[in-house]
Amino acid sequence: MTNPDRPLSPHLSIYRWPITMVLSILHRVTGISMAVGLVVFAAWLMYAASGPEKYQYFREVMSSPPGILLLVLWTLAFFIHLGNGIRHLVWDSGHGFEIPQANASAWIVLVFAGLATALLWVMQL
Amino acid sequence: MSLKTPLGRVLGLGSAKAGTEHFIGQRVSAIGLAFLGCWFCWQMFTMDSFAYLEVIRFIRTPANSILLLLLALTLAYHSWLGTQVVIEDYVHGGLAKPLALLASRFAHIVAALVAVYAVLRIGFDS
Repeated sequence: MTNPDRPLSPHLSIYRWPITMVLSILHRVTGISMAVGLVVFAAWLMYAASGPEKYQYFREVMSSPPGILLLVLWTLAFFIHLGNGIRHLVWDSGHGFEIPQANASAWIVLVFAGLATALLWVMQL
Repeated sequence: MSLKTPLGRVLGLGSAKAGTEHFIGQRVSAIGLAFLGCWFCWQMFTMDSFAYLEVIRFIRTPANSILLLLLALTLAYHSWLGTQVVIEDYVHGGLAKPLALLASRFAHIVAALVAVYAVLRIGFDS
């Protein structure tokens, strides 16, 4: 059955990523990254429950540049996952499956997530 | 030779007979988290300085305690379901999949319990 000359369908590295595929991958990546965030959330509460000195250590780690970078990325992940999650719920209701609609909603999610993240972090400056 | 009819032998073997509650649980927790997540995000961004006393005061306020407990449990549940799907899709072969599923399940239970314990301890510590 092996025929080395058969035409191969283009794979991930060959064709231009449709935006719907980007969002699908991002939904999983952001979800897994927030699963890691759950650990940090639990750690934050546990350090707070362990007294001022222990908590101060956690606070210093999270307000270091790498800590802030992680928090910014988690904010972005939250809004991408939130927006795309709502997109999925709309799909579950049977709406929005036309290709132009799916492409448009994908861009709406990305723009919303970018703006919301930027707005909240600019507020902190 | 069995006396069961051919139909009787295959009935019920076709599907996993489970999974609907996974699908629904994922979505119900998603709707909850849309609210809880936005609440938590807003609280974090309107926090003054994350100084120890400010954070303790925030956590021990009864409404905040309850919402934090809800968030921890809903988040752990949703995250466990989601991680399970990703592991089932990408981890294959031998013991890797069951071990990864087990590790993820245990990790989520531990994270949820740690968060709940911490909130209750801060809330009831007078």
